[in-house]
Amino acid sequence: MKVKTNYNRRAFLKVSTAAGGGMMLGFSWLASCTPADTEIAEVAVQQMPDNWFNINAFLKIGDNGLVTIFSPNPEIGQNVKTAMPMIVAEELDVDWKDVIVEQAGLDTEKYTRQVAGGSQSIRQGWQGLRLAGATARHLLLAAAAQQWEVPVGELTTSGGVIHHAASERTIGYGEIASAAAGLEIPAEVELKSPADFKIIGKPQKNVDGLPIVTGKPLFGLDVQHEGMLIAMIVHPPAFGMKLKSADTATIATMPGIRHVTTINAAPEGIEPQWSDVNAFPELVAIVGDSTWEVMQAKKALQAEWEQVSPPESSEQHEAELTRLLQTAPAEPARKDGNPTKAFAGAAQVIERTYTAPFLAHNTLEPMNFFADVTAEKATLEGPIQTPEFLRKSVAALLGMPEEKISVMMTRQGGGFGRRLYGNFGIEAALISKAVGAPVKLVYTREDDMTQGTYRPDYKVTYRAALDANNQLIGFHVRGTGTNGSPVFADRFPAGAVDNYLAENLDKSSNISTGAWRAPRSNFIAGAEQAFLDEVAEVVGKDPIDFRLELFDKAIAKPVGEKNDYEPARYAGVLKLVREKAAWGTDQPGVFRGVSAYYCHNSYVAQVVDVVLEKGRPKVDKVWCAVDCGIVVNPEGAINQIEGGIIDGIGHAMYSALTFKDGKPVQDNFATYRLIRHREAPREIEVFFVENGIDPTGLGEPSLPPISAALANALAKATGERLYTQPFAQQQSVLG
Amino acid sequence: MPVYKLTINGEQRELSVAADTPVLWVLRDHAHLVGTKYGCGIGQCGACTIHLDGVAMRSCSVPISAVGKQKITTIEGLSANGTHPVQEAWLEHDVAQCGYCQAGQIMNAAALLSDNPNPSDTEISAMMNGNICRCGTYTRIHTAIKTAAEKMS
Ligand code: FES
Ligand code: FES
Repeated sequence: MKVKTNYNRRAFLKVSTAAGGGMMLGFSWLASCTPADTEIAEVAVQQMPDNWFNINAFLKIGDNGLVTIFSPNPEIGQNVKTAMPMIVAEELDVDWKDVIVEQAGLDTEKYTRQVAGGSQSIRQGWQGLRLAGATARHLLLAAAAQQWEVPVGELTTSGGVIHHAASERTIGYGEIASAAAGLEIPAEVELKSPADFKIIGKPQKNVDGLPIVTGKPLFGLDVQHEGMLIAMIVHPPAFGMKLKSADTATIATMPGIRHVTTINAAPEGIEPQWSDVNAFPELVAIVGDSTWEVMQAKKALQAEWEQVSPPESSEQHEAELTRLLQTAPAEPARKDGNPTKAFAGAAQVIERTYTAPFLAHNTLEPMNFFADVTAEKATLEGPIQTPEFLRKSVAALLGMPEEKISVMMTRQGGGFGRRLYGNFGIEAALISKAVGAPVKLVYTREDDMTQGTYRPDYKVTYRAALDANNQLIGFHVRGTGTNGSPVFADRFPAGAVDNYLAENLDKSSNISTGAWRAPRSNFIAGAEQAFLDEVAEVVGKDPIDFRLELFDKAIAKPVGEKNDYEPARYAGVLKLVREKAAWGTDQPGVFRGVSAYYCHNSYVAQVVDVVLEKGRPKVDKVWCAVDCGIVVNPEGAINQIEGGIIDGIGHAMYSALTFKDGKPVQDNFATYRLIRHREAPREIEVFFVENGIDPTGLGEPSLPPISAALANALAKATGERLYTQPFAQQQSVLG
Repeated sequence: MPVYKLTINGEQRELSVAADTPVLWVLRDHAHLVGTKYGCGIGQCGACTIHLDGVAMRSCSVPISAVGKQKITTIEGLSANGTHPVQEAWLEHDVAQCGYCQAGQIMNAAALLSDNPNPSDTEISAMMNGNICRCGTYTRIHTAIKTAAEKMS
């Protein structure tokens, strides 16, 4: 396949050809090999090259054939730092063991969309990464053809070596790299056929595996620089409050404290961006020599706060969301056929309401950021999912042009959406500027949990109209939540029911909310799939058959035009999981639930097996079928899917953030329950649909449906349907 | 400020810090060993797990004044080049997602296995229940511990 290189051509433009030799020892390179002792020893003695030749923004080649590939996107644990370079290496046609991976910093001249969000890194990076590798390979071939004076078409490559069969000559990439680095890039290049992939589709270990298990400094919290001070913030104790005054003088004399000041991240006259969500822009900042000393001063600070908007509580939220659902008028988000008539004429109407609380992101590495702001420039470094937006906000607040601000992304101890909102990076920059020193801002766990961009609380009511023959003739979904409804009007079962109505109701709040792994889907999938399970039960059908019939209908005679899913692929994952889990062959003592969902361009179907241990239900096994197109790195992909499943089970079962007088009631893991080792499934089996389609999202799609597969299995195990999360608070036997 | 004579990963260190400073922050801020992680500060997540004389401890909850002559081992000192069977098993099963919890998980697992070289599934779950992995790598952690146990026996 020939592809034009004008796609983000900036990335492939010639850069200065020689970079200094032996600059970095790649831990990642060591880790890309299998960990047997002998092999590590062998690799460690292999020499780094004397010279690197920059081929394009994504890679440079060493004179000994080693290749450094820059991973452009933030690594939050979704393993793109392994998968993205694999795609480049595939088209470059080198051995994966000769590849060193390095994290690229923010560079909007060279890269597009350096964002970790929406499960889009691989999907949107796919073409550009392939082109980066293919273009580089083309230049190497052209240079060899010139040197040997043979037509380029007579040359082939494999494992980083160019061959000319007719003259039996070979040359390594490292030997020709310097000549290749001087050539003009071609107008179009050949991409491999997926059938020829050697790296993509083969499991590769995390390139940071070894530095992770040996405790190397990788994360934002590990950043250390000469002269760096530790900074912490104190924010208002409750949503709806702001800083009135703080006694900064008293704590300024405590041991190790250098500065106590206040900052304002939202001064008048500066228009905030979407990523600047922040309920507490005005903060007290404490800066000192060590974390523990600053923590002591933070505890001792006396401050006064004032109420600027009414304090909210979880009880009020519950009442308000209920009122909205029951009585508030709503504009239809989608209407097919005549739902009013269908419900009026129904032989039976099933109605159920589902509720879920606020959730905190709780990345295990709390928010933090390094900043060194001087009159000339600002250097920022840390864990951020949206470096480009952070730079924009910091530029506006510092009154400094973006070119003078650099942002380096560290490895991130989890993201889950929290680090899309870079308030902590902005705060670090403002503090550094205020105190005139490089600082690392560190949130305590309590700061992190009580100053969030939370997953909103949600409530949704489903209604199904059945005719006298138990056919589904009408479907109505009406949802609400803080700062937005969770309903996706065009998703299944829209398109499969003649009379359909979706309605959204919004509730405003002074509690800050934002994207949390698989936004909205993380709640609505569970509600929808639990409801459909109950409808299937009422009409006396197998829950998989019931769904497949709806998909058949959406395939044969889709209702409406903009249905946001492909019913055949949706049905495909359900059929796959049905087969793999041997659905329908009941085993004594095993209680099963099923669920399926489509989001982030990928399809997932799951079966959960619950068993009783001393009378308590426990998830024993999860079967998961996934259609996400080409799987770049099966090892990392399966790990992501397992993680999404455990994350989804954990939050549905145990987690909640509640509010009293505007204050989060839970502020650390003693009160905020996260799933623990004992509660995780014993086994998770993952199956991919092989269809050769370009890759789609993977970091999020396995999470949303699992809460329903779990709820449906629990209903079988306990005889009781659960409508309110966290489930463990509804049924003491689950806690 | 008192001066503490510590043995960290086999090396003698003299550090001057306030007596109530948790070992976690002594390691990270003063000894510049940042492999030991901060997750909660209250003994709930296990990210800060180290060994004191071979016993797994939550370093966020042990003040430096309580260490005395006990030898401190951190993830950096568990082995040379990641060759402890637990670390090798972790690599073999590609356990990490974000990786932030894993130093604590590994230190906890290594202590568990030195006490009980052949733990049952229930024992593994009980011993590892204090270590949170927010990314949900529990199933892999469990399998890796079993592999490490085999390697060690
Ligand atoms: S930081 Fe010590 S247990 Fe969480
Ligand atoms: S791997 Fe991310 S917290 Fe465990």
